[in-house]
Amino acid sequence: MLSRVADSIFWMRRYTERAENVARFIDVTLNLTLGLGDHLEHQWEALVYTTGDQLLFSESYKHVSQENVIRFLTFDESNPNSILSCLQYARENARQSREMLSSQMWEELNKFYLFVRDSRNDPRAIDSPFDFFTRVRQFGFLIDGVVSGTMSHGEAWNFGRLGAMLERADKTSRILDVKYFLLLPNIADVGTSIDISQWGMLLKSASALEMYRRRFGRLSPKLVAAFLLLDRDFPRAVRFCVSLAERSLLSITGGSSGNFSNRPEQLLGRLRAEFEFLDIEEVMNEGLHGFIDSFQGKLNDIGDSVHQMFFQNQAA
Amino acid sequence: MSSEQVSIRTSNAFSNGDPLSIGSYDTKGFFDEMFTASGQPRPGVEFLVDRLESLPLGELQRRQRAADHELLNMGITFNVYGHAAGTEKIWPFDLIPRVLLEKEWRYVEAGLKQRIRALNMFIDDMYHDQRIIRDKVLPEYMIATSKGYLKQLQGMNPSRGIWCHITGTDLVRGDDGQIYVLEDNLRCPSGVSYVIENREVMKRTFPQLFEGHNILPVETYPEQLLKMLQYVAPASSRDPNVVVLTPGIYNSAYFEHCFLAQQMGVELVQGSDLVVSDGYICMRTTRGLKRVDVIYRRIDDDFLDPDVLRPDSTLGVRGLMDVYRAGKVALVNAPGTGVADDKAVYAYVPKMIQYYLAEEMILPNVPTYLCADDQDRKYVLEHIHELVIKPANESGGYGIMLGPRATKDQHEKYRQLIESNPRNYVAQPMLALSTVPTLCGDSLEGRHVDLRPYILYGEDIYIVPGGLTRVALVKGSLVVNSSQGGGSKDTWVLRDEN
Repeated sequence: MLSRVADSIFWMRRYTERAENVARFIDVTLNLTLGLGDHLEHQWEALVYTTGDQLLFSESYKHVSQENVIRFLTFDESNPNSILSCLQYARENARQSREMLSSQMWEELNKFYLFVRDSRNDPRAIDSPFDFFTRVRQFGFLIDGVVSGTMSHGEAWNFGRLGAMLERADKTSRILDVKYFLLLPNIADVGTSIDISQWGMLLKSASALEMYRRRFGRLSPKLVAAFLLLDRDFPRAVRFCVSLAERSLLSITGGSSGNFSNRPEQLLGRLRAEFEFLDIEEVMNEGLHGFIDSFQGKLNDIGDSVHQMFFQNQAA
Repeated sequence: MSSEQVSIRTSNAFSNGDPLSIGSYDTKGFFDEMFTASGQPRPGVEFLVDRLESLPLGELQRRQRAADHELLNMGITFNVYGHAAGTEKIWPFDLIPRVLLEKEWRYVEAGLKQRIRALNMFIDDMYHDQRIIRDKVLPEYMIATSKGYLKQLQGMNPSRGIWCHITGTDLVRGDDGQIYVLEDNLRCPSGVSYVIENREVMKRTFPQLFEGHNILPVETYPEQLLKMLQYVAPASSRDPNVVVLTPGIYNSAYFEHCFLAQQMGVELVQGSDLVVSDGYICMRTTRGLKRVDVIYRRIDDDFLDPDVLRPDSTLGVRGLMDVYRAGKVALVNAPGTGVADDKAVYAYVPKMIQYYLAEEMILPNVPTYLCADDQDRKYVLEHIHELVIKPANESGGYGIMLGPRATKDQHEKYRQLIESNPRNYVAQPMLALSTVPTLCGDSLEGRHVDLRPYILYGEDIYIVPGGLTRVALVKGSLVVNSSQGGGSKDTWVLRDEN
């Protein structure tokens, strides 16, 4: 397929995945801050920090508040990672590759974008954020479903899934990180009932609570981290995403797992193997935040190598 | 129509109170496509009028809103400028279809096929011996001053001898009820995607209107298009690789480029995706370069190749024309067809049909005065307030003056334009375009329409049944262009019952 179109599909799926996950970030923070009284500002500040856009935020907003952060992360077009911006980019990319997509897929993406755009001036998005962010998540599911149900699972689809899985792996790790930041000032709470219920809400935001219960039963911070990072079967767990990303890459290149013939295969294969042979004690010893930080760096390297290998224009 | 049908119609109107005021629909002296001058439904469309009359109050409006919503969701938009939201517009769509009976359609179809065969022979002649000039049927100055003639292509033999593969011919019906050819669009005619999408929206939002009626399908167009494109591939390519070449997402017809590529299952490429390698055109893919055999190009001749045509073009492919002239890639339409897409050349089509085919023209032209002709020019200058003045070499409605609706100053300005460059102007009588009932607020009112059928010239000639009906939504307006308050309608060719 055309390099330019492969690039567009890769990014279209990354951006829809990102939009959905920003909604999950906000959702987990809403859950965690309810009933916390006067610590609110710090929690929302932590969320901005986690997304990495704190400088941009402070340029446009005088103070941190729930409303300001939600506006910044959801509707602010000057923030390239806001839900609305992500959907705009996803849609632009879809338009660049529209002939490769099914018409239903384009239609659902278009509706997703129009819904968020039209909610920008609707007070309900701020007043009843749970309803709004639930809709956003539903749209995310719809996109996943329509992509997998209406698009041939060939090269184009694999580029899309590669993009979506790299993005999801990154974002699930960041959802864990949100909790890490929130934990810092309240170190005394660790292990208390407040702490436990917060880990439960975090799982919920990754749609993972029920699946976690089946796997581990009772909630413990370490096992939550283990589940979200290392579970082999849960579709939002980092290990699962990395493994699926590798499978898509190998379908594209025709390579096989266990060896490599190019840079993306090498980096992604190495990361997949690392997650397969990792246990949570090692992660905790290294420190969760440090581990996630270095993991995100590796994901970026993989993204760069995919770009160089497939998307950069070959010379004549 | 039998008297019984009339009485049924009348009783329906009374029982529902006729919320759309169809009973008092006024054709205002124009030829209306649905009603006769006395307000009776035309033969064949009684069922449609019955169904419209039996709709409860507000029903048509509700369906119209649903259709608008569908169009927005489907992203069927035009006119994209800039990057952000809100720059794409929906092209207004009116739910009441324009109906043609199959018998009349077959007549139009025969006329168009005849016309397109003659035009193709004319273009081929222009790039070879120019017999039609040597035989003094067409004056020589017409070619010497033609903007669309590309001298670089003299002697070119496009694959299968076809130049104008895709044509959109604009038709209008006058108040005499006759359908006339208004102009031939032989370069990159657009709009066919709306024909297909309008039908789909119509089926989604108003299936009841179709029930029990046999309407010729338009959905086969992409299949026919692909068949034609494969047919004209260079002889050396066994399994031809067909692509659609677009100027990119900011082009006003980008939606259509995507739509056609998607419906045919071929790649949509931009100039930057293509490169010349080893004497062939190739596209850059995730697995290296891949050869391209047929390019359905939606960029104008001038922009195809910066080496040969416009040097500032960034939309085309450097070296493309050399590959084309070597017969290693097919271009659709062939470059240089613009020589026939000229309103002065248009006036000679009746003579061309006689000259090349030895046939009489089936579908008439609108009478046209050539300002380059002394006698015609004299008439035009004297009657400018009654005539429509058109530049010969523009498309899309640019530079047109409607005499009866223009000011004295404008008349004077055009007199001067004509006298300074007579070759570049033609004049036609102001036509009273036919109308079709259109939803305007609470009731139906007549709005003027034209019709653009799409003609594919491959192994045989295929014409999409009906075509695109454009409607001037502004009251009294004759301008159907999307940029000036135009919209569109679904066009039905109703199959004969037997």
